[in-house]
Amino acid sequence: MTADQYPKIYLYRRIVQAKVFIDKCYAEKIDLNNISDEAYFSKFHFIRLFKSIYGKTPHQYLTSVRIEKAQQFLQQGKPVTEACSLVGFESPSTFSGLFTKLVGKTPSQYLDSHKERQSQIQQTPLAFVPGCYAYMHGWKENSNFEEAEK
Amino acid sequence: MITKMTITNIHVLDQDSAYDFYINKLGFKLVDDIPMGPETRWLTVSPPEQPDLQLVLFPVTVSKMFPKEVAETLIDLIKRGIFGCGVLTCNDIFATYEELKSKGVEFIKPPTKEFYGTEALFKDDSGNYFSLQPLNNFDNENNI
Repeated sequence: MTADQYPKIYLYRRIVQAKVFIDKCYAEKIDLNNISDEAYFSKFHFIRLFKSIYGKTPHQYLTSVRIEKAQQFLQQGKPVTEACSLVGFESPSTFSGLFTKLVGKTPSQYLDSHKERQSQIQQTPLAFVPGCYAYMHGWKENSNFEEAEK
Repeated sequence: MITKMTITNIHVLDQDSAYDFYINKLGFKLVDDIPMGPETRWLTVSPPEQPDLQLVLFPVTVSKMFPKEVAETLIDLIKRGIFGCGVLTCNDIFATYEELKSKGVEFIKPPTKEFYGTEALFKDDSGNYFSLQPLNNFDNENNI
């Protein structure tokens, strides 16, 4: 069986198109009708097919993408309120609740722990690299880059 | 008693390009990107649902580990696509194939039913190849 022969290729392409739409437009006001329109499906048929492929409903997937992107914005140093709006949430409390549920920390806790880790990396980068790699790369002998950071 | 694999290497030709491939195309998650001097960095990624396995995107440059002759040979072999780096698992091989292909990933073999299950083969940006297989590859009817 080759790619051109596998069954219902057009269905796969439409569902993938919808998934990529979510990946790109997560920050916009999109709802299920937008997404199913993107895939040219009825809403219920679309939900069933999407879940059969990705193991999540389109709405669950959209939420997971938004929270994933929010983590990236927080890592870049954006404040929690800005990260919230940048990923398309209007309500900070909804954002905070979903973030905590999926990540296991509140956005503020996540931001603080990320800052703490970055600070430790700045101070002692080699502490984050297994010694065998550092040795074989010669990083332990050449600490100039550590000096340059100070 | 060995309990698990935590870190393994993927030898790459260019870390910037590998970052783009593994993060933006394959959807892997960045674990560490720590500068280690002017020309190299500690760059590790994890498969999206396997955070406790770090893949080191390991640049093949002349170093204590790779003397010049070794580095040149290794680079040549990687470019020629000699190294298979393992099997990557996905929920749905046809959908994953369509998505990766649309992102420009080069497939050596599209999803193909073999006697051992359904498999596709693709190359990374350096030339390393991976087998892509569905989660339950004993079930060849794993499609819509």
